[in-house]
Amino acid sequence: MSAGHPAEVETLFGDYPLDRAFDEMREPGGEVRPHYRALAETLARLPQEELQRCKQSAELSFLTQGITFTVYGREEGTERIFPYDLLPRLVTAQEWDRIERGLIQRITALNLFLRDVYFEAKILNDRVVPRELVYSCKHYRRQMRGLSVPRNVYIAVVGSDLLRLNSGEFVVLEDNLRVPSGVSYMLTNRRVMKRTFPQLFHSYGVRPIEHYPQLLLATLRSLAPEGRPEPNIVLLTPGVFNSAYFEHTYLARQMGIDLVEGRDLVTHDNIVYMRTTDGLKRVDVIYRRVDDDFSDPLIFRADSALGCSGLFNAYRAGNVTVTNAFGTGLADDKALYAYVPRIIRYYLGEDAILPNVETFLLTEERERRHVLANLDKLVVKAVGESGGYGMLIGPHSTARQREEFARQIEANPRNYIAQPTLDFSRAPCLIGDHLEPRHVDLRPYILFGDKVNIVPGGLTRVALEKGSLVVNSSQGGGSKDTWVLE
Amino acid sequence: MLSRVADSLYWMSRYLERAENTVRQLDVTMSLMLDPGGASAESRWHRLVAALGKPAGLEWEGDLEAMAERLIFDSANHASVTYCLNAARENARQVREEISTEQWQRLNRLYHQMHSPHAPTQARSNISDSLSAVVDGIHLFKGVSDTTMIHGQGWQFIRLGRYLERAYATATLLEVYQPELFIETDREQFGYQYLEQVGLLRCCTAFEAYCQVYTADLSPDRILEFLLLNRDFPHAIRYTVECIRLAVDSIQRTGGRRSPDELTAVIGRLHAMLGYTTIGEILAGDTAAFLHTIREQCMRVHELIYRYYVHYSIQSALAI
Repeated sequence: MSAGHPAEVETLFGDYPLDRAFDEMREPGGEVRPHYRALAETLARLPQEELQRCKQSAELSFLTQGITFTVYGREEGTERIFPYDLLPRLVTAQEWDRIERGLIQRITALNLFLRDVYFEAKILNDRVVPRELVYSCKHYRRQMRGLSVPRNVYIAVVGSDLLRLNSGEFVVLEDNLRVPSGVSYMLTNRRVMKRTFPQLFHSYGVRPIEHYPQLLLATLRSLAPEGRPEPNIVLLTPGVFNSAYFEHTYLARQMGIDLVEGRDLVTHDNIVYMRTTDGLKRVDVIYRRVDDDFSDPLIFRADSALGCSGLFNAYRAGNVTVTNAFGTGLADDKALYAYVPRIIRYYLGEDAILPNVETFLLTEERERRHVLANLDKLVVKAVGESGGYGMLIGPHSTARQREEFARQIEANPRNYIAQPTLDFSRAPCLIGDHLEPRHVDLRPYILFGDKVNIVPGGLTRVALEKGSLVVNSSQGGGSKDTWVLE
Repeated sequence: MLSRVADSLYWMSRYLERAENTVRQLDVTMSLMLDPGGASAESRWHRLVAALGKPAGLEWEGDLEAMAERLIFDSANHASVTYCLNAARENARQVREEISTEQWQRLNRLYHQMHSPHAPTQARSNISDSLSAVVDGIHLFKGVSDTTMIHGQGWQFIRLGRYLERAYATATLLEVYQPELFIETDREQFGYQYLEQVGLLRCCTAFEAYCQVYTADLSPDRILEFLLLNRDFPHAIRYTVECIRLAVDSIQRTGGRRSPDELTAVIGRLHAMLGYTTIGEILAGDTAAFLHTIREQCMRVHELIYRYYVHYSIQSALAI
C-alpha cells in the first residue's frame, strides 16, 4: 500500500487479494481509488464492535421488515432475508453519465425493434436480424402481430444487467425486458444505509433514488388507454408464493395502487374489472409481474390459474393497457441479444454506447464447434431462461455436466448461447471482521413512458461466496447499496 | 377495496383474536390448577377444550404441561396459538400493501418471538410470563393498527373480524361455564368457588371491570349479566355486537352501492335482543339455548358478510 494512508486502512484490508479483475475500490497498485477514500477512512476508524453492531442492526431491520424472498425447490425455510453487504458500491458521475446514455439508447432501439417486428418487419426483410431467429423464439407472440400499443411503448420497465470488465468498461450482459425484479431491494438498501452511515452518506453527496415509485406511477399513467383521464392502475402479482412477492407489495404500497391477483379480476364485454367490496371496478392499466404464459389461460397457457381469462381480448380491444406488453421476451432472447448492437445501428444510426459481451450463436456451425471444444472455458446459457437457472459455468463444472450440456446443445442448438467466462469486477465486502473482494454486477432500472427515466443507481448484486461468479439471489447472491455521486 | 383484501384483513384479525382468547383461557386454567381443591386437572382440561369450541387433537393424555405446550406451540393443531399467529401473519403477508409498515413489523416480531428456538424452554420455566408476552404482542398490534392505519374500510374489516370472533368465543365460553356457575356449594368449598368465578371473569379480562360495576361481590347472575349485557365493557357480548353493527354501517357508508339488507337485519335483531332483554328473563328461560342462538346468529353474520362483500356473483354485480 502506498504511503500517506493511515495505518488503520492497511489493517482493514489485511491480505486483500488484487489480481487481473477490476477492483471497484482499489487500483492495481493497491491505492484506494480517490472516490473511495472517504469510505475507507471511515471504515478504518470504526471500532470493530461498532462495525459488527451496524451489520447486525441492518440485518435485524431486514428481518422485522419482512424483506425476504422465496427460494424455489426447497420445502423448508423457503423464506429468507436477502443477504446484504454493508459497504456501498460507488459510481462516479462520469461513469454514470455513460451508463445512462447507453441504456437510453438501448431501450429506445429495442422498443423500435419490437414495434417493427410485430408490424412491417423491415429489419428482417433487410436481413439485419435473421428471420428464423425471431420466429423460432419461444417468447415471440404471433397474437401481437399488427396490434398497436399505447405510445408504441412495448417495454416500459427494464432492469438491465451490467458488468464491468478488466478494462474498467461497463458492458451489458442481459436486458431483462419481461418482469425484472429487485428494485425494492435497491430502495430498502438505501433506507438502511442512510440509517447506518448517516454522516458518511451526507458527506458523499449521493444522488437520490427514492422517487422511483413515483416515476413508475407516472410512467404507468402515461400509458393509460385514451379517454381514461383518471386511470385505475393496478399491479398484477402471481401471489404470495412468488419469489418477488415482497417487492410487489412494496411497490403497490409505495405507489398507492391496488395489488391484484388473477382471481381478483374478471372480464366482461372486453373490459377488465376487479372485485371489490363495493362491487366491480374497472381496471385501466395493469403493471403485470406475471409472465406472458400465465397471463390469460384463453390465449396462452390454458393450465394457468394466475392470470385472468379474457385479459388479452380486452387488451386487443384497447380497453386496458398491460405493461410490459406481451411478446417483449423476444428482444430478451439470449440469441437475439447478440444482435442488439446491430439493432441499435439499424434504427438509430449510432454505435452502441454500452458494448455487448462477446456471444457465440450455437446455430452457426463454426461457432458451435468452437464452443463444444471449449466448454470448460465458456459459460453456456439457455436462451429463454433467467435468474441463473439453466446455466453451465465451464470452469466450475464437472465433466458430466459438460457432457450433458454438449448433448443438449447438439439436440437443440437454437436453445443455447455461449459466452466467455468473464472476469468481471469485484468490490470489497465485509466478510467476518475484514474486507474481501467479491464479484459484483449492476442492475439499473429504466422506465419508458412519455419519456425515459433512470434513477441514478440501481441494485448492485454480489456473489457472496468466495470465487463465485453467480450473483442471483436464488443462488446465494446478495446485494449492496449503489451510490451515484454528484 | 378488493374483496380478497377485505377477506384477508378480516381473517388476520379473527386469528389474532382467537390466539388471544386461547392464551387467556389457558392462562386461567393453568393458574386454577395451582390450588389443590376443586376439580381435577382432567376435568379442567375438558372444560378448556370445550370452551375453545372442541378442536380436534387435544384429547387429555395425563400430562398437563405437555398438553399446554401442545396448545401453544403445535403448529399442526388448528387450535394452537402458534397456528393462529401463523395464519394471521400469512393473511397479513397477502395484504402487505394494505397494512402499515408498523403493523407488519409488530406482527412479524410476534411471529419470530413464537418461532424462536428458546420459546418452548421459556414457556416451561414460566408459562404465565410467556403467555402474557403473547397477549402484549397482540395488544401492541391492535394499538399500532388504530394509530397508523386509515380508519377506512380495511380498518373496519379488521374490527369486524375481531368483534365477531370475540362475540362467538365469549358465547361459547359462557355456554360451557354457565351450568357450573349455578351449582350450590358448601362453606369449605366457598374459596374455590370464588376462584372459579374470578377465573371465568379473567378469561374475558373482566374481573377489575366487574368490580367497578358491582364491587367484588361475585354472584353468578351478575357475572352472566356483565359478560352478556353490559353496554360499555369491550368483552361483553352486547358491546361486541354494537361494534359489529357500527363496522358494517361504516363499510356500507364508504362503499354504498348495494345495501346489505339481510345482513343489517340479522345484526339489528341480535343487537335488539341483547339490548332489550334482562338477565332475569334470560335465567328464567333456557339460558343455554339463548347462548346458542347468539352463536348461530354470529355464524349467520359471517356467511352474509361473505355473500355481500367477498363471494358475490358477477351477474349480481353487473346488474347494478
